[in-house]
Amino acid sequence: MADSKSPYGFRYIGAKRRTKEHPRFVMGRGRYVADIALAGVKHVAIVASPYASAKILSINAEAALALPGVHYVLTGEEFCAATDSLAIGVDTPKVTRYALAKDVVRYCGEWVAAVVADTRAIAEDAVELIEVEYEQTPQVVDPEVAVQPDSPQVHPEHGSNVLFHRRFVWGAVDEAFAKAEHKVALRVRWGRSSTVPIETFGVAAQWDPGREILDIWASIQMPKFPDQLARALRLPGNAVRVHYDVDVGGSYGVKRGIKHTALVGYLAKKLGMPIRLIEDRLENMRGGDMHGPDRLFDMQAAFDNDGTIRALKIRALDDVGAYAGRSPLQLGKPVSAICGPYRIKAVEYEPTSVMTNKTPQEAVRGFGQSPTNFAIERTIDHIARHLKMDRIALRKKNLLKKEEFPYLIPSGSTYDSGDYHTVLDKAMVAIDYPALVARRDAARKEGKLAGIGISTCLEPSGGNSAFEPLFNPKNDTTTWMDSCVVRVDLSGSITGIMGTSSSGQGHETLVSTVIGEVLGRDPASIRVVRADSLNALPSNSPVGSRMAIMLGGAAAGAARKIRETLIEIAAHNLGCTTETIEYSNGNVAVRGHPDKKMSWDELIAVAHRKYHQMPQGLEPGLQAKFVWEVPTGGKLPTPEGVVQIYPCYSFETHIVYTEIDPETAKPELKRYVCGHDCGVMINPDIVHGMTYGGIAHGIGAALYEKFSYTEDGQFESGTFMDYLLPSSMEIPSVDIVDHCTPSPLTTFGQKGSGEAGYLGAPAAIANAINDALAPLNTSVETLPITPDALWRAISASTAGGAVKR
Amino acid sequence: MKSAAFEYARASSIAEVCDWLRKGGDETKLIAGGQSLVPMMAMRLTRPARLVDINEIAALKFVALEKDYARIGACTRQCVVAADNALAKQVPLIRQALSWVGHSQTRNRGTVGGSLVHADPAAELPLAAQVLDAQLLLRSHAGSRIVGAAEFFEGPLATVTRADECLEEIRWPVWTEKRSGSAFTEVSRRHGDFALVAAAAQIALDADGRCTRAAFGLAGGGSIPMAFPALAAQLVGSTLDDDAINSVTHDAATALDPGGDLHASPGYRKQLAAVLAARMLRAARDEALKQ
Amino acid sequence: MEKLYPITVEVNGKQRAAQVPARLSLVDWLRDELRLTGTHVGCEHGICGACSIMLDGDPVRSCLMFAVQADGHRVTTVEGLLQADGKLSVLQDSFCEAHGLQCGYCTPGMLISSQALLDKTPNPSEEQIRDAIGGNLCRCTGYKQIVDAVKLAAQRLAAKK
Repeated sequence: MADSKSPYGFRYIGAKRRTKEHPRFVMGRGRYVADIALAGVKHVAIVASPYASAKILSINAEAALALPGVHYVLTGEEFCAATDSLAIGVDTPKVTRYALAKDVVRYCGEWVAAVVADTRAIAEDAVELIEVEYEQTPQVVDPEVAVQPDSPQVHPEHGSNVLFHRRFVWGAVDEAFAKAEHKVALRVRWGRSSTVPIETFGVAAQWDPGREILDIWASIQMPKFPDQLARALRLPGNAVRVHYDVDVGGSYGVKRGIKHTALVGYLAKKLGMPIRLIEDRLENMRGGDMHGPDRLFDMQAAFDNDGTIRALKIRALDDVGAYAGRSPLQLGKPVSAICGPYRIKAVEYEPTSVMTNKTPQEAVRGFGQSPTNFAIERTIDHIARHLKMDRIALRKKNLLKKEEFPYLIPSGSTYDSGDYHTVLDKAMVAIDYPALVARRDAARKEGKLAGIGISTCLEPSGGNSAFEPLFNPKNDTTTWMDSCVVRVDLSGSITGIMGTSSSGQGHETLVSTVIGEVLGRDPASIRVVRADSLNALPSNSPVGSRMAIMLGGAAAGAARKIRETLIEIAAHNLGCTTETIEYSNGNVAVRGHPDKKMSWDELIAVAHRKYHQMPQGLEPGLQAKFVWEVPTGGKLPTPEGVVQIYPCYSFETHIVYTEIDPETAKPELKRYVCGHDCGVMINPDIVHGMTYGGIAHGIGAALYEKFSYTEDGQFESGTFMDYLLPSSMEIPSVDIVDHCTPSPLTTFGQKGSGEAGYLGAPAAIANAINDALAPLNTSVETLPITPDALWRAISASTAGGAVKR
Repeated sequence: MKSAAFEYARASSIAEVCDWLRKGGDETKLIAGGQSLVPMMAMRLTRPARLVDINEIAALKFVALEKDYARIGACTRQCVVAADNALAKQVPLIRQALSWVGHSQTRNRGTVGGSLVHADPAAELPLAAQVLDAQLLLRSHAGSRIVGAAEFFEGPLATVTRADECLEEIRWPVWTEKRSGSAFTEVSRRHGDFALVAAAAQIALDADGRCTRAAFGLAGGGSIPMAFPALAAQLVGSTLDDDAINSVTHDAATALDPGGDLHASPGYRKQLAAVLAARMLRAARDEALKQ
Repeated sequence: MEKLYPITVEVNGKQRAAQVPARLSLVDWLRDELRLTGTHVGCEHGICGACSIMLDGDPVRSCLMFAVQADGHRVTTVEGLLQADGKLSVLQDSFCEAHGLQCGYCTPGMLISSQALLDKTPNPSEEQIRDAIGGNLCRCTGYKQIVDAVKLAAQRLAAKK
């Protein structure tokens, strides 16, 4: 737990504070979408494709419609004619995407029809009665096959399975490779996994024909969600009202159910009934369209004898599944930290986004950065091995030094600040690195496979999504603002208003802490509410580790305006200039004249009731809005693909120790330390919590979790028995060591941390496992690293024969 | 994931259960803890027309220790059995197996009989029953019969229990030798998951440390959990040195025909089988040596 | 129309009578009929533990029981963990203090499992805590602060005695 006092000298920021959200959750009084009881609500269940690729020949819903309690069966024929395609992240207009398949299905689990019934059970009964006649067509499952021109086409109209391909060259890459004393090449693979929140996606919709408005309650985390929904349903933007005061049961990127919402919104309007679709776990896993990156990396590095890394070549092939959506852009975010935390002056990056007959990919925590970090960190370890150089020494040689910041990387982003060496040193002290090495070596002498893994990784934060124009020249968006309103009411109570939903990040705590800090008022007394989308100021939602920076900055900006107004009122009433007013805890006094003062209550009374005491030109009442643009944002990429993407860069280092039973090939994580620097922590408990959670998620991606497909595209991990979320028995007790290098770009020096832990854990674990395998001269480069894969590596290695049976 | 509709009846006696089964036949399914049945119903992998609930039948819930057998009522909760110290003394393998079964929430509801009748090929209690050759008392309206575990399991989720029969109690043989030991382990992907491979062994030694009786088995290596009485018999007379153990466990692993799935290949399962069986024989031996 | 079965269940100390179809799961009855929405649905196949409740004092998964099976039994949900005066229980308060939750979705199940642990094991080891919540999946916390919260609650309860 954090200290009760702020280590940064703030009053509330950085101090141990309970969150505003917890009491309702521990009482069982959260308000999640499935808890919202709309009178007379009807329930949707989905008919899903059993095939990876097929033509739909016919759909017969007669028997289903005859079932008592069934109201409607919707198919793609009707839905696709009545709505517009969902938005596509890249310039591929023919890769259209609707909630329901029409004519063809492109993945196992794709939605074919939707049943509306009185209860979910009856809807499921009806699903079983719907007869769909399919004719199977050739599928493509392997992304390396899918990129070939003669491969089966997932969207033949598009002419290729490739959604995006570009070769970026930043700096003198070829020259560096020509001059370098050494080169390595390796191939690593990041397996298809995702965040898989414990709450599935859910949405409820109600159409009010008298007001012509569609009300939506959803477990949503998505920028521009109301806008995209209105477009898909061909409604004006102000005919869709998204209620953000819905608690979201975890998201970490994926709660984007835009297709679900378009479907349910359409049905609610068409049938004139409130409708809800709460995915069950089977629907969620196969057809929820929330799988994550599935990525093959071909890495090359050029370096010298002394360990200086001159250049990288990164080829990334990402299998996004059957539809585009926003997923190709997950290859874009890594451009913002393409050389990692290292002084690598030339990088070639060749991302390819390819479609296959699998469930579509959605944004996952880190938006493609964690897979890239994993690939870079495996490369660093390969370089160390090649040079027989200590991995820490190699990292320290190439890590940017504190005095090099701000540092412009070849792809155009400037890293704001950092002190990577100190964070690494702190982590090494915390884990007693020499003792850990001795422990590993002793374990090896006893015949165990033991390894230490290190990763040093970045978390780009602040959510400036300039990869959008980078990957799609037709998209010239350059702003990703966030906003906040602060109101002080007649009683002097403060309310902060935000315009987005939260899924566990503690935004109400963030906003109240920041407002409290600026106004000197106790955050516990500050209420934070969520406007609906028609009442809200613009928000780009909690993506890209941005809310501490962006919502925090907006809340601070609005609170400062309130403070300035109060000071103006005070100066006017006390007969002095604003510069001589001293503001303290909401009360004011004239500097040097402590008797000339006004209390908070008096100031509020003037603002709300006493126009005759208000300075001229000031609005009565007391409220302020602040809309903040991302610092360093606002620019389009150059033709060469150089652009500042994220403003702030958090740093994390992981040191993990593993032992693998050489006979059962089962790895165990025995010790885990994470050194972390995300600048000023507004609420340290929240930052630590997200970091522990990110590490656990990273352990899942590294060792347990995979959406698995058979060669014919059958989905085989559609339940929690086959998709393995790690439990408290798999996740070790992790120690976090903090460090603070404030960002010069943000209000309080904060950086982002919502993706912390996840960005470096898989890399460190893969490095630890492979350190354990090193004495056998073998390695496993595919995540998740399963016991079966380890056994195959161990038994195939030359030394494996010596392992005791 | 809502079950298909069904009728429900709560039975208050074994006779009533037999009556329902006589009338209902294949359409009727008994529900005990429901920890495996209900998920299958929710996924609509099974859809009984009628569920007969046996949870309220007191006569099916007991642990009775007799000289040669520990008798456990079919509907006795796993948590109750695991907590029974006297039972753990007489038949330690049961508690050892249960420590690998699910989680506290599922053991609070799951029953011993339910796990055996469900007959998952990788489940722990069926393996323990095989290794000890537990005797299963099956009851129908027409009478009762006792089936040894060796005949009870027919295949994945299949046993010799007829549609009109219910499992009433399980008799676990007590080894009365002064020096005996048992051990159970498994490798699963996560704690509480079904085993990729589970292994169990029980050993009795004479005063000189020579094996007088041995039993061991493996689950996850085929369509049913398997015991290897013939191979175990080869250990009798030996001091259970590594060579003796490795020889029989190697043969046992070779005899397996495990399937492959996304979690483990057949080859890996065979490796686990050989390793874990040998480890459990050694562990059981060491346990016996302490006495 | 499906056949309905009469049930009477003691839920959080109150007798609740209802007519339910046989296939209605206990968690759906608690949530949709009784509006006790603190108990959550995560997987409906018995793995995630979000639906954990106490049945006659022991934690079980309420997605793996039909409501009709609860007839005559005693159910405690997260709503029933509050103290009689409506204040947070020591365990609930400790979860707030130790930041043992984030999105709150797994939290009711975690509270049920750890309360059941503390009821029987007042001074649990870290291993016992991890085992007790081993059947409750959490995606936010990495479990560390949950374990801390249960430890804190145990300390506070011991100090009260």
